[in-house]
Amino acid sequence: MAEAHPVGFQWVVEAKKRGATVIHVDPRFTRTSALADIHVPIRAGSDIAFLGALVNYVLQNDAFFREYVVAYTNAANIIDDNFRDTEDLAGLFSGFDPEKGHYDPVTWRYEAPEDRSPDEQQRLEELEENETGGSEHKESHVAAQSESHGSGGAAVPWKGRRDETLQDPRCVLQILKRHFARYTPEMVHEVCGIAPDDFTKVAEALVRNSGRERTAAFCYAVGWTQHSTGAQMIRTASILQLLLGNIGRPGGGILALRGHASIQGSTDIPTLFNILPGYLPMPHANQHQSLEEWVRDDEDKAGFWGNVRSYAVSLLKAYWGEAATPENDFCFDYLPRVSGDHSSYSTIKAQIEGRSKGYFIVGENPAVGSSNGKMQRLGLANLDWLVVRDLQMIESATFWKYGPEIETGELVTEEIGTEVFFLPAASHVEKAGSFTQTQRMLQWRDKAVDPPGDARSELDFYFELGVRIREKLKGSTDEMDRPLLDLAWDYPVDEHGDVDGQAVLREINGTGSDGKALSAYTELKPDGSTSCGCWIYCGVYADEVNQARRRKPHWEQDQVAAEWGWVWPANRRILYNRASAAPDGTPWSERKRYVWWDAEKGTWTGADVPDFVPDRAPDYVPPEGAKGPAAIGGQDPFIMQTDGKGWLFAPVGLADGPMPTHYEPPESPLANALYGEQNNPTRRALTTPSNPINPSYSEAFPYVFTTYRLTEHHTAGGMSRTLPYLTELQPEPFCEVSPRLARERGLTHGDWVTIVTARTAIEARVLVTERVRSLRLGDRFVEQIGLPYHWGGNGLTTGDSPNDLVNVTMEPNVYIQDKVGTCDIQPGRRPRGPALISYVESYRRRAGITEEET
Amino acid sequence: MTFSPTSLFGRLDDVQSDAGYAEDHPPRMGFFTDTSICIGCKACEVACKEWNMVPDDGFMLTGMSYDNSQSLNASTWRHVAFIEKPVDVPVPAGSGPSPAASGTDLGMPSVGVPQLPLIGDQEAPSGDGGIRWLMSSDVCKHCTHAGCLDNCPTGALFRTEFGTVVVQPDICNGCGYCVPSCPYGVIDVRHDDGRAWKCTMCYDRLKVGETPMCAKACPTESIQFGELTELRERADRRVEELHAQGVEVARLYGRDPEDGVGGDGAFFLLLDEPEVYGLPPDPIVTTRDLGSIWKHVGMAAGGMVALGVASFFGRRK
Repeated sequence: MAEAHPVGFQWVVEAKKRGATVIHVDPRFTRTSALADIHVPIRAGSDIAFLGALVNYVLQNDAFFREYVVAYTNAANIIDDNFRDTEDLAGLFSGFDPEKGHYDPVTWRYEAPEDRSPDEQQRLEELEENETGGSEHKESHVAAQSESHGSGGAAVPWKGRRDETLQDPRCVLQILKRHFARYTPEMVHEVCGIAPDDFTKVAEALVRNSGRERTAAFCYAVGWTQHSTGAQMIRTASILQLLLGNIGRPGGGILALRGHASIQGSTDIPTLFNILPGYLPMPHANQHQSLEEWVRDDEDKAGFWGNVRSYAVSLLKAYWGEAATPENDFCFDYLPRVSGDHSSYSTIKAQIEGRSKGYFIVGENPAVGSSNGKMQRLGLANLDWLVVRDLQMIESATFWKYGPEIETGELVTEEIGTEVFFLPAASHVEKAGSFTQTQRMLQWRDKAVDPPGDARSELDFYFELGVRIREKLKGSTDEMDRPLLDLAWDYPVDEHGDVDGQAVLREINGTGSDGKALSAYTELKPDGSTSCGCWIYCGVYADEVNQARRRKPHWEQDQVAAEWGWVWPANRRILYNRASAAPDGTPWSERKRYVWWDAEKGTWTGADVPDFVPDRAPDYVPPEGAKGPAAIGGQDPFIMQTDGKGWLFAPVGLADGPMPTHYEPPESPLANALYGEQNNPTRRALTTPSNPINPSYSEAFPYVFTTYRLTEHHTAGGMSRTLPYLTELQPEPFCEVSPRLARERGLTHGDWVTIVTARTAIEARVLVTERVRSLRLGDRFVEQIGLPYHWGGNGLTTGDSPNDLVNVTMEPNVYIQDKVGTCDIQPGRRPRGPALISYVESYRRRAGITEEET
Repeated sequence: MTFSPTSLFGRLDDVQSDAGYAEDHPPRMGFFTDTSICIGCKACEVACKEWNMVPDDGFMLTGMSYDNSQSLNASTWRHVAFIEKPVDVPVPAGSGPSPAASGTDLGMPSVGVPQLPLIGDQEAPSGDGGIRWLMSSDVCKHCTHAGCLDNCPTGALFRTEFGTVVVQPDICNGCGYCVPSCPYGVIDVRHDDGRAWKCTMCYDRLKVGETPMCAKACPTESIQFGELTELRERADRRVEELHAQGVEVARLYGRDPEDGVGGDGAFFLLLDEPEVYGLPPDPIVTTRDLGSIWKHVGMAAGGMVALGVASFFGRRK
């Protein structure tokens, strides 16, 4: 966090000054570790083993927060009799289809109630006919519809039977106990390389700092996400935090540290293929032929997600304004559909294979920043046209002229047919707009200076693009042109003559039938009378005031500091904060008082906006058949879940299992010590000649490598390697190795080294440092090579791109790449030109990777 | 200018009056850099260069941990040092020789990663020993008794009303006398320019009541700016706090007004010996002995005159 979020890290320093214990778990010793109380070196990719062992520790020692767990999680729920765990099936759960490579989760569900309501009976029949468990389910997973239930998570068909004594062998807590029983401190030593003493230290610190009086928080970034088991790593932390009662409480929770200034915003108002603003799912071409079909699955489900129709219709009104009417399903037919996997890496493969012809690269540099740089560049070279918008001439724009494949001759400039348009972009001080950062906080920026020359903002560009396209299509009678011609595409111009960003923010906030800005998403209607560009942002322009622009300093406010910026949803700073009070509505302790029930006033109150129905008493029991928010019980803090509980066991919604399981990274020097199943069985391989994978435990590639960031540079380097003041701070590409590895391979501190995988070989200088620990796993050492990934061919400091080494294997829920792999390292510079290809091929031969396998 | 015995050396509480300012001069301003909360982000280096338009200093990987700035000089006015030190662990009797890489052993207790019974050798199981990574943002000390200021022949270097030491680039003739005069090796001559340059404590910003750029940019408030007397009190409290938390190694550097330079206008909290950070342990202003030198020269001259005169007496006529 100190490396990548130095400004945010000041609060960790502040907490440490006030007595907090800071524990840093990371393969390398970074600037965060320097200020931590405990640093735990870990083998990259083995986090589920570590976190799972902490779960096991908490369960075995009965150290979980019992009252919280019983009332607020599904620990007490009974699971279907047909469920089989990884304990029973050597590393698989029940329902795995080895041919298709995915799970049917029907056996993971809550046990069907004996006494069924008509609704429940219908859903049971649907499940048993395999309508939702069959082809549709498969389609769901291919089209990454695991995210399709948005912030709500997938729906369970019934709340099911619960045993609140937590003794029934089929209750979630007991299943969890059995599942994690093999995750012992000794196993952690063997799998992660963490000494049992260190493990115990962490476990004791966590337990000591959880409960009524104290809370513990987790912060994570791409060390968890960029793995083939990434979603499950985060899940393990969620399970741990739920067991310890840390979710929804001040000083607790799990904070996802995002990697770019506004990347949270770029998933909220998404640039992802499978979701629409506010995490509404993209409609699927086969499953959703009408608005009705699109909202049906989630409509009326318990909780605020049950009002999905209002959010969806309001979004359509924001897009198509007057043209969207009840008669035409609010222009639902105009929405593009997904029909399968349109994720980034699959699209690159399509580009290579000639099935995808055009590409916009906006504020991104995939030739350096995405995994398997060669794949990226081969894709770019096979397009008809490419538009790049950036502040600098990035590698993705100059791939046709310079680059590793030009150097080896794999690509020849004269033979590349891609027409490249480069458009200079305005920087963040040259335009007005909002950032949404890692805390879900929107902060507005005013324009400070005019952009130089022809540089323009994205807002100006896309608005103008839309204007010109609509001009060309004007008067067309082709039905296909209606979605563009019917768009509500008018924005005023601000005092600088730019398209008014505040007007766009206001449109995102939403307006009512009177044209006035709405204040809360509870005001959204399904009848077309409201318009809202992103339901979770509704309220950012309440009272016609740009709430994101507020800047009351924190020393003039309490610890919540609600008047700085605006947080979605509803300016609520801690989600699920109902859980900061006991079932009866009183705070768990005076020290951790946050949100509580004021019986006199009949409302929830506190330092933050309560994340609950404001006047719902703690003892409220929803009537049979209640729908939407009415189905939230007084003791259901997890209001976006259909059963209102935090899920220790996920009966549905995840592609790779209801509980996290340790699998080895797709490239690993070790066999899975926990199960017979080596890798995540549902991981998505990407089969294309430029993406060969190193065989596991191969002697040709005996070391682990992982990529990461330095404070001094920013992502793919376009904004840092082009500036002298940043370049001089980290002026040359380097890798970091342990003294033991340096001795083993004859590497000298400061000299050049070559690192090679089945994809390619790169060179860098080497820093030999004790900050990289040699990890002893069982009877052998595992060496890790650390690679800051910022370098590319353009700029003041140039070098080979470490991401060229990475194989693309995708996580099955969100399609993210794994950033860990295996490699070899040798002293000296790499071969140049075509000699590089033969060098890499010699390694492939040694590893037994043949052409046919790629 | 009121020249007194303490003008060159020894405790001097009002450095501005000594330099000739009227009684109503502003309070002396300074930096307190608490390196225990430095995260090595180098925002201070960049902010300083941006504001003062200091040129970049060359692109060379030094291999000195993450420190590619190397030292303070004419084009680096804030320099973040990085020192990697293995944690010295007590070696149990009979368990073999001490580890090869144990870093500077000045006999100080270590702080940081908890100490485990096994030695810090890489062949041993993971998690043993561990490492400390010290980070510190160095800067011109704006000494009470500044050697560079004392020796500048042109008056380019002068004492400001805030008690800071500033070199005026339009007066400096590049003679370089200031360079060897600094006990810390801070000020230097810029090769392609010819003149001497160093930190000004953002004099232009102080004049309008603003904070120097490095302090403003520092995200953890490791660099603190304010009235020197208040900073010294704050630093004393911080060291006490750290000692109470068991961080015995914490100590202040440059805070003492009785030290060899009369105390620094920019002083530090360190977590190890100064030498570990590349700082002189006992800096003494080079002009300390100036009074004594001239006195002795005077005595020698007087002695020679006396000898010369005396040689004319007692001569036979």
